[in-house]
Amino acid sequence: MASSFLSRLSFWPRFFWRQLTSMRNALILLLLLAVAAVPGSVYPQRSADPNGVKVFYDNEPELAAVLDQLQLFDVYTSVWFSAIYILLFVSLAGCVLPRTKIHFEALRARPVQTPKNLERMPEYLSEAGDSSVLESAMVVLKKRGFRIDRQQESISAEKGYAKETGNLVFHYSLVGVLLAVGFGGGFSFSGQRVLVEGDTFVNNLASYDSFSPGALFDEGQLEPFSLTLDEFDVVYDLANRANIGQPIDFIASVSADFGQTQTASDIRVNYPLAAPGANVYLTGNGFAPVVTVFDGDGNISYQGPIVFLPQDSNMTSLGVIKAPDALPEQLGIIAFFYPTAEKLTTGAYTSIYPDPIAPLMTMNVYTGNLGLDSGIPRNAYALDTANMEMIAGRDGPVAAIELEVGQSADLPDGLGSVRFDGLLRFASLDVAHNPGGIWVLLFAALSLVSLTMSLMVPRRRVWVRLAAGGKIEFAALSRRDDPNLTQVLEEIVQEIRSGSKK
Amino acid sequence: MTEVVLNEPLSQVSLLFVSSALAFLALALVLFSFQLVKLSTVEAVSSEAKAASSGSTMVDEKIATDKMTATERAGFILLWVSTAILGVGVVLRGVAAGRVPWANMYEFSISGAFLILLVYLTALKIKDLRFIATFIAGFALVTIFAAVSLFYVEVQTIMPALQSYWLVIHVVVAIMATGFLAVAAGMHIAYLLKASGRAKKLFSHFPELLQLERIAYRFNVVGFVLWSFTLIAGAVWAERAWHRYWGWDTKEVWTFIIWVLYAGYLHAMATRGWNGKRAAWLGLVAFLSVIFNFTIVNLFFKGLHVYSGL
Repeated sequence: MASSFLSRLSFWPRFFWRQLTSMRNALILLLLLAVAAVPGSVYPQRSADPNGVKVFYDNEPELAAVLDQLQLFDVYTSVWFSAIYILLFVSLAGCVLPRTKIHFEALRARPVQTPKNLERMPEYLSEAGDSSVLESAMVVLKKRGFRIDRQQESISAEKGYAKETGNLVFHYSLVGVLLAVGFGGGFSFSGQRVLVEGDTFVNNLASYDSFSPGALFDEGQLEPFSLTLDEFDVVYDLANRANIGQPIDFIASVSADFGQTQTASDIRVNYPLAAPGANVYLTGNGFAPVVTVFDGDGNISYQGPIVFLPQDSNMTSLGVIKAPDALPEQLGIIAFFYPTAEKLTTGAYTSIYPDPIAPLMTMNVYTGNLGLDSGIPRNAYALDTANMEMIAGRDGPVAAIELEVGQSADLPDGLGSVRFDGLLRFASLDVAHNPGGIWVLLFAALSLVSLTMSLMVPRRRVWVRLAAGGKIEFAALSRRDDPNLTQVLEEIVQEIRSGSKK
Repeated sequence: MTEVVLNEPLSQVSLLFVSSALAFLALALVLFSFQLVKLSTVEAVSSEAKAASSGSTMVDEKIATDKMTATERAGFILLWVSTAILGVGVVLRGVAAGRVPWANMYEFSISGAFLILLVYLTALKIKDLRFIATFIAGFALVTIFAAVSLFYVEVQTIMPALQSYWLVIHVVVAIMATGFLAVAAGMHIAYLLKASGRAKKLFSHFPELLQLERIAYRFNVVGFVLWSFTLIAGAVWAERAWHRYWGWDTKEVWTFIIWVLYAGYLHAMATRGWNGKRAAWLGLVAFLSVIFNFTIVNLFFKGLHVYSGL
């Protein structure tokens, strides 16, 4: 027969489907997922810590290459991690969809036929009584929210359908979370920009120092707005002796131009600025000393603030100045900035406090070829001294140049001079938007509510029957763990008795 | 934020309270252990015999030695005393720091130990869970000892990233979740020891295996819901503080792993052939991950949750 042929043909798919959707497999996939997530906490991940991956590569290039082949630096987007969660969600759908159908039918159906042998139920009581008990039972069970079916000589009642509803909604919410994460990630973007006090940032792709868009991102998502960093303040703890120098607040005061509206506001850690189409977050800060470099001909070959990268908690900072137009030769400077400088016995400086109380800049000066014309992109924060000669600095022919704010110093051999004009601060800002975020939150909240419902609501069946010989039987059954079933049945019987006596 | 004036002398007083709680806890632990040793010498009255005498067809949930011995009673009095003293220590720490007392590992540990004791002592009013008193007292003792000896830091002003009301919500729920999961872990251990068939006399005083499994399940269920909330609240906070709700930071990874393990445990409890010992092992592994997340991940893994203060 055709049907038997068809059923034979569909045996294997059916077999795999049954396997995949069995509870045991869901369990195994869950455990696999947990195990597969572990390496992402052991090895640096490109998404969370790209620099860590670079350092790993520098330290152990061979091992790194192997790990990279296994996608261990991209665990959560790897083929194997994705395979596990996709299988898990397929298994989930295969389990939950049929259950939804059954549950819908159960919701519309009457409670089950009263079983023949009630005494086999986990809870059972019997006593003498008549049909008035059944009438009273109807009232009591109805009041307790049971769904009731009056059968000939018995009542079949059930409540707690919310348990299964909750369970199903919970699983669907997880699918919702996954979809919102996926689509939201696709349309999301985050861009980083370092802004020195007084600088203005205009929201377009070219203005970002780095930008990471989702796969479906379109440049049109960037709403036109501009931000000016008017001032950056750090509040230090001055009240508590043991904590002096501990920053307790970072405040980026900005003027924002949103097109229709202009506002002045503060961006702080935990308190991003809501700009059109994105939030602006404060992610870092540091010093940007303003420096002028004169070349050997007396011309200005560099002038302006330089972003210095903080090196320690007392804000010892490192900056690089490049003067490619300097004559007769290009100049490069590696500069250290100490907000509150103190000389060590070795002659080197250190910063002993993060706020600029006694600011000092030291410079190691190089001359030669900066290597900017070779076409290789150069890191603005690093100086390649391979083709350069140190003309001033530690272990150089002349000691490192030391400058306080306002001071200037001549470079050796008539190569020019440098001036420390002033001190500004910079803020690292992150402009980010993820349209999926709100949906992830809604589905997550729904999953939490439905999970609670599923785990806390008991599903109970209660039967009352007028048996032969003037005997009344009471029985109760619960799905899964229900510590209170005994007590609940006793209460119900109590209420029924007092109802029937009236 | 407004400047907070820390009160160091008061935090020293707090430390004094926490340390004395440790002493009382140690005494309680000795008494509970002594009680266990005593129990291990006599067989409990079998449940059928008890059922026959009480006339009920139900398996009695209470352990056979219903009556508290003097040793046990003294132990519980000491447990209450140490919980109260610890509570004072925790509150004083918060007053001294001018904020909630759970912003670094030391504070999280003492608040955690306090909540675990509180969850247990409250549960004890509802259900006879005396049999895991040794585990609970021991667990709290180790936690507080580690806090005082390894994690101790003087009161500090908190960094801007932690200055958020989410510190109150996210962390307190995480601590509560840990409290419930810890009690469940105690049940798992009791279950596995009893199921192993060793020390038959001692474990004859413990509830039936099915009973132990059910109690563990109930505590795990509450813990799981609270853990889910912690995870969601953490994501909401991360969106404010780190401009993304989820970034697979090491702490996020482990919070996720733990959530998945407990989800696995719940599935195991509903799968034929997987409840019982296997589910108990799974629950225990999940709880060990909670401990791992709090200790090893905090101290040795690189990530954004740098709040140990060490």
